[in-house]
Amino acid sequence: MTAREEILARIQGALHVRASDPANGHGKIERTYTRTTSMNEHETIELFIDRLVDYDTEVIQVASDSEIAGAVAQSMTKAQETALLAPAGFPQEWLPTSIAITLDENLSHVTLDAEKTVITTCEAAVASTGTIFLVHGGTQGRRVITLLPDHHICIVRRSQVYSVLPEALAAVTANATKPITTISGPSATSDIEMVRIRGVHGPRSLTVILVS
Amino acid sequence: MSIRVGKAAKAPAFPIAAHKALENNQLRANVRRATTTIRNKRALRVEEMPDWESLRSAGAAIKQHTLAHLDHYLEEFVRNCERAGGKVHWARDADEANSIAINLIRTYTPKDSTAPVEVIKVKTMTSDEIQMNHALEREGIVPIETDLADMIVQLGKDEPSHIVVPALHKNRTEIRDIFRASMAQPELTDQPEDLTAAARKYLRERFLRTKIAVSGANFAIADTGSVCVVESEGNGRMCLTLPEVLITLVGIEKVIPSFGDLEVFLQTLPRSATGERMNPYNSLWTGVTPGDGPQHFHVILLDNGRTKLLEDEMERETLQCIRCAACLNACPVYRETGGHAYGSIYSGPIGAILSPQLQSLEHSRSLPYASTLCGACYEVCPVKINIPEVLIHLRGRVVREDQKTLKGKLGVENIAMQAAATIFRSERRYEASQRLARIGQLAFERKGLLTNLPGMAGGWTATRDLKPIPSHSFRDWWKSRNNTTWSPKSNMSQGGAN
Amino acid sequence: MHYNTGYHGEAVPLVRRFVELFRDAETVCVPSASCVAMMREHYELIARNEDDPRLLAEVQALLPRVFEFSELLTKKLKVTDVGAHFPHSVTYHPSCHSLRMLNIREEPLTLLRAVDGLNLIELPNREQCCGFGGTFAVKNMDVSTAMLAEKKACVIETKADVVTSLDNSCLMNIWGGLHRDGSSVRTVHIAEILNSVKGLAGGNA
Ligand code: SF4
Repeated sequence: MTAREEILARIQGALHVRASDPANGHGKIERTYTRTTSMNEHETIELFIDRLVDYDTEVIQVASDSEIAGAVAQSMTKAQETALLAPAGFPQEWLPTSIAITLDENLSHVTLDAEKTVITTCEAAVASTGTIFLVHGGTQGRRVITLLPDHHICIVRRSQVYSVLPEALAAVTANATKPITTISGPSATSDIEMVRIRGVHGPRSLTVILVS
Repeated sequence: MSIRVGKAAKAPAFPIAAHKALENNQLRANVRRATTTIRNKRALRVEEMPDWESLRSAGAAIKQHTLAHLDHYLEEFVRNCERAGGKVHWARDADEANSIAINLIRTYTPKDSTAPVEVIKVKTMTSDEIQMNHALEREGIVPIETDLADMIVQLGKDEPSHIVVPALHKNRTEIRDIFRASMAQPELTDQPEDLTAAARKYLRERFLRTKIAVSGANFAIADTGSVCVVESEGNGRMCLTLPEVLITLVGIEKVIPSFGDLEVFLQTLPRSATGERMNPYNSLWTGVTPGDGPQHFHVILLDNGRTKLLEDEMERETLQCIRCAACLNACPVYRETGGHAYGSIYSGPIGAILSPQLQSLEHSRSLPYASTLCGACYEVCPVKINIPEVLIHLRGRVVREDQKTLKGKLGVENIAMQAAATIFRSERRYEASQRLARIGQLAFERKGLLTNLPGMAGGWTATRDLKPIPSHSFRDWWKSRNNTTWSPKSNMSQGGAN
Repeated sequence: MHYNTGYHGEAVPLVRRFVELFRDAETVCVPSASCVAMMREHYELIARNEDDPRLLAEVQALLPRVFEFSELLTKKLKVTDVGAHFPHSVTYHPSCHSLRMLNIREEPLTLLRAVDGLNLIELPNREQCCGFGGTFAVKNMDVSTAMLAEKKACVIETKADVVTSLDNSCLMNIWGGLHRDGSSVRTVHIAEILNSVKGLAGGNA
């Protein structure tokens, strides 16, 4: 017997009393927790900002797409950064003209490791936890480009912000088999005496540009 | 079959190991501070969730449902994972899983390479369960732990003492000394910021140069074939993204039916584990994505005793565990001893039920008794495992097995329990035994106290006094009392029942 | 004790005996939360495991009439003030089984607050186990003692004269520890406090 056959046989032997069809049983699981809320957009955005700030995220609100480039420049100037990495095909008009731009055309890890700042869009966000969903590819970039640089600037549209996790998860389900990363604040550890330290291996700073 | 759970087979019994742990004041202070902090943070984050109980119930229901159809969901996961370019291997036990991993590492190592083969690892308790690092090292492969706490444990040649914060038994000075010794950084301070920065620098070059990674998984999703890793530091993302080859070790109980089920666990796990609304990073991937991340992806599905827990419904509950460690942080026993006393990499209440069961009660037999059954673990468990109930069930198995041996039959405890059962069955015998005990205790009474009893009861009086059985019992008083009817305001005044 | 230590077979006759004794009782009042918890949580299971439908039916018929002492007063008799007088400062230790298995939280505090002269002081970290745990106290004596030490420190911190609880087993443990240290804090079961009237303050030293 192969290991697969043997393990499956052990399982089948142990589960002698079988419930009916799995799909049916799964559908019947009681889900009385909050799956949608009646929060309006204003409340949702307020909550989102509160949560982002709580986990040390910089938030810049802009009224329209035309202000994105300015917000990017503002964040980078404050952080004293001068060069920006962006996914290939990233909209030119969102990138500040004053800053040197590198597009990720399958750059090597070593090259990417030298980059300080990266910009992407996102797929969805959760207000109650301050979480951003990246479904990788396109303007959300390959996984590695938001990992090696130290500062991640992420463009989030107000319409992409959901109040609770189940809503956001439903919004990304169609893309469930693409690589997905959820990001809630900068990387952190509490492994030493429970002191929260920001920035271990992932980006040490996260900026969200919230676009109306 | 070689079912192994860390070094549990060689571990001393819990009371003996606990005795040693209790003498280490530094360790106890570290454990107490850490568990108190997480437990308070958790309470805060749980309180703000009005639907917490619903989430717990749904989490338990999803897990129960999955386990009742485990073969179905495993096969669905395998189909979908392989369709997306992953390759799944099945391992009956620890040795089989280790040899699959070693073969894979060999396959992907260039034949002419002379440098030692390195693999980077992201937190996987399961790999500690099967002692993968030892197995790799025996083959000349160098495993590099990348989670900060795992790194502290590995560099300090220590063992993990907690399933989420494996180095919580070490304080900053102890960590600084370990880092100074192993990173050639004599100037390093004990500031957590500096220690963390040192780890970042030490690991960054290793992340960039290493071609093979080994990871664990928090969830394996059947309907998409995806795997999910929950983490905070970003070392997980590094291991899952940078190498060319990724080997993911998954216990068979980690499968969940559907991507949508994450809406429950991604809410309960972070709050229970670290007291955060959400941990910094969750990574989800499905097979291989051209141009993004490892181009060779292997999953090892591990049994190692798990299937033995399926048959009995109460034992099966154990497999619902999502390894959040909330039960460890809540446990008043763990709080005193820390994790090492359990002699198993799975410590605390979940360890006390999981470790003995995986090993058919051949090892870790004292663990079901390492609890007062206070129920704090059950109260916090996000998938509602009734740990006290499982503990009692396992004690039953231990007792029944012991009673089959002559040594067990003649054991002090068995005889005492049998005698007590006989006495409790009849009030005549109960009253007679009270009278007898009153006489018997005279020999040990000092100033109206029992201070130094022999035998099992000596465990009590070594550190506590015991009031002698009073000369009048409640039963005597009840029999002799006036027939006054009781009413709330005209309190009866015959004197308290002593 | 038997069941919780793993002597499941030995517990069966005790269940039978209990049913035999109390099957005709209108109400059964039990002055120990731990005992009530055992009955509610395990008696049915024990009867089921015995495959004895008659025992099961009797257990099921009896259990709704079994009350823990403070439950009986507050929930069934709807009494909160029993007219007791107890002029001492008292702290309350919620025993694990009363708290987590019977979910008794406010009832005893309500009863105690109504006692004339009683000064109720909150016990720090009160929901933590005192370390008794039945045979745990002897099988794992060292850990039990360490847990008790934490509980004792919390009790001392309150400066109360008396610790009370719904379980005598916890009180026996706490008293044993305090007394060994030479502390004069007394342990008194809640029933004794509620049974105290002017001129006759209950409880034993
Ligand atoms: S048993 Fe429950 S509380 Fe303990 S680690 Fe597992 S899921 Fe968490």
